[in-house]
Amino acid sequence: MSPAILNFIETCLNGLMAGVMYSLVALGFVLIFKASGIFNFAQGVMALFAALTLVGFQTGQVPFSHLINAIFGTDIHHWGGGMPTILAIVLAMGVMVLLAFLLERFVLKYLVNQEPIILFMATIGLAYFLEGLGDLMWGADIKRMDVGLPSGGSFWWEDLTRAWAPADADYYGMYIDTLDVSAAIIAAILVTGLTLFSQYTATGRALRAVADDHQAALSVGISLRRIWVIVWSLAGFVALVAGILWGAKSGVQFSLSLIALKALPVLILGGFTSIPGAIVGGLIIGVGEKLAEAYVGPLVGGAIENWFAYMLALAFLLFRPQGLYGEKIIERI
Amino acid sequence: MNVHMREDMSLHSMRADDGIAKGEELLKVDNISLSFGGVKAITDISFDIRKGEIRAIIGPNGAGKTSMLNVINGFYYPQEGTITFRGKRRRRVRPHETAREGIARTFQNIALFKGMSTLDNIMTGRITLQKRNMFWHGLWTGPAEREEIEHREAVERIIDFLEIEHIRKTPVGRLPYGLQKRVELGRALAAEPALLLLDEPMAGMNLEEKEDMSRFILDVNQQYGTTIALIEHDMGVVMDLSDRVVVLDYGKKIGDGTPDEVRNNQDVIDAYLGVPHEEA
Ligand SMILES: Nc1ncnc2c1ncn2[C@@H]1O[C@H](COP(=O)(O)OP(=O)(O)OP(=O)(O)O)[C@@H](O)[C@H]1O
Ligand SMILES: [Mg+2]
Repeated sequence: MSPAILNFIETCLNGLMAGVMYSLVALGFVLIFKASGIFNFAQGVMALFAALTLVGFQTGQVPFSHLINAIFGTDIHHWGGGMPTILAIVLAMGVMVLLAFLLERFVLKYLVNQEPIILFMATIGLAYFLEGLGDLMWGADIKRMDVGLPSGGSFWWEDLTRAWAPADADYYGMYIDTLDVSAAIIAAILVTGLTLFSQYTATGRALRAVADDHQAALSVGISLRRIWVIVWSLAGFVALVAGILWGAKSGVQFSLSLIALKALPVLILGGFTSIPGAIVGGLIIGVGEKLAEAYVGPLVGGAIENWFAYMLALAFLLFRPQGLYGEKIIERI
Repeated sequence: MNVHMREDMSLHSMRADDGIAKGEELLKVDNISLSFGGVKAITDISFDIRKGEIRAIIGPNGAGKTSMLNVINGFYYPQEGTITFRGKRRRRVRPHETAREGIARTFQNIALFKGMSTLDNIMTGRITLQKRNMFWHGLWTGPAEREEIEHREAVERIIDFLEIEHIRKTPVGRLPYGLQKRVELGRALAAEPALLLLDEPMAGMNLEEKEDMSRFILDVNQQYGTTIALIEHDMGVVMDLSDRVVVLDYGKKIGDGTPDEVRNNQDVIDAYLGVPHEEA
């Protein structure tokens, strides 16, 4: 194969990896939107909050230490050596479930049957609240996320692909980050797990039922409030996974919450109510972005990644406003 | 077929064992009034439903029949009155709780889970009977799996009973209207309800479909012993199926009794002939 083709393949592969991450964030949105018609503006901040909490537990930070120090004039920050990663993950998940529970108990419960725009505003409030809470609990400094995922280029893949080019070509093999690969695998496992859960368990069936018709769901004895706790917990779980993967890639800091902005074009592409749509949409955006960067970028002076996804989504809106697989967005949003 | 029915009955009686004998009062509504803003949908209505009977609720369009069902299963909260189900008397009931207590229903405008298959739709009917918690469902372990299989078998029996084997895997949104009505009945039956509320189960059906549906309703009542409240416009069907009839008109009760009594009631005849009645 000629180096040009190999470069193209490399770009596509990297795009797919990036796309998986976008899909993951979009998935969190879709879960909540399907079950409750809420566009959850806070999904990105939830990922940030989950990641902060995980790192905090892992490294043994004392929550609210700044606040405590300011009030009592103490100087505490850590309570020892931290804890095993796996325990920290479980505890962070516990915090996300608790959050879902409190949210239902103190916010959503009072907003049943409100206009979507009001629910949307509530999630904007939630985003700011969580952002502040994250800062207050764990501090605003940039943290490193290390959950033991491999990272760095894969030499094996580089060597393998170098051999695909003619021996005399000026080609050094494809670069692929093992962190991206593990992220893709984890995301795939997560999506498979969620799909199996929703297809083959009674709770999953209840989730689908609620997504389909609230009134009918009530009539067969499904408690909407319970389902909302479950859905927000699941979204919290997806946020945690996204937070871990993005955090491992680029550190845990405020900008992590902006990944939500990447999810928006994915949702427009994939439709707000379709899980396969979120996945395919994420992959298309990822690949499109990387290809545009590689082949169009040089012509327009780069930085194409910042706006390309939106342009793609916009173009898409003109032709298929309901998204690839979506239904009824006009009615619901 | 009969063997299946008998198995189902044993399952059924587990839930329906509430110490209320056949012919005794299962549900009673007392002085229910319901209004939406200025519109009075129901005015001071009382009646009862006895265990084991088919109780028809009839009346012209807009009489308040559907509203009454919605009050009974908790979709609407009446401003006045109480609902007594299995001896428990309450002002407000919540839909997912009445479902848990054994009230299942179908809807006038079919409310199925359109994206889900017939099988899955009917499976959701059993949610109130499934005990394993979320944790087990997530892990899909032995007990949860066994339970799922048991429920699956019960659902297959209902599918046999309603003669809808051929559409088990079809997403219900794609089914013709008559079959959707049947699936909806299946979902309600799957809950093994003590009280089944049917809101115009035969509306929009052709004669043959109506006959099938009538047969299913009678079978459910006679073989499962399920108590049924039936809203229906087709008088022939009502007279054939029901043990007692309550007649509503403009939100008020104008008749209550056996089909024969009701048929000869002058108020009822007037209401159906559209005789204008004095405004309150
Ligand atoms: N959710 C609601 N909001 C406002 N008005 C309502 C609502 N539900 C019912 N009504 C009104 O209450 C009255 C009774 O309606 P209901 O649907 O109970 O009649 P019905 O007897 O079922 O009629 P039909 O035979 O046409 O189904 C009508 O005037 C209707 O407009
Ligand atoms: Mg009606």
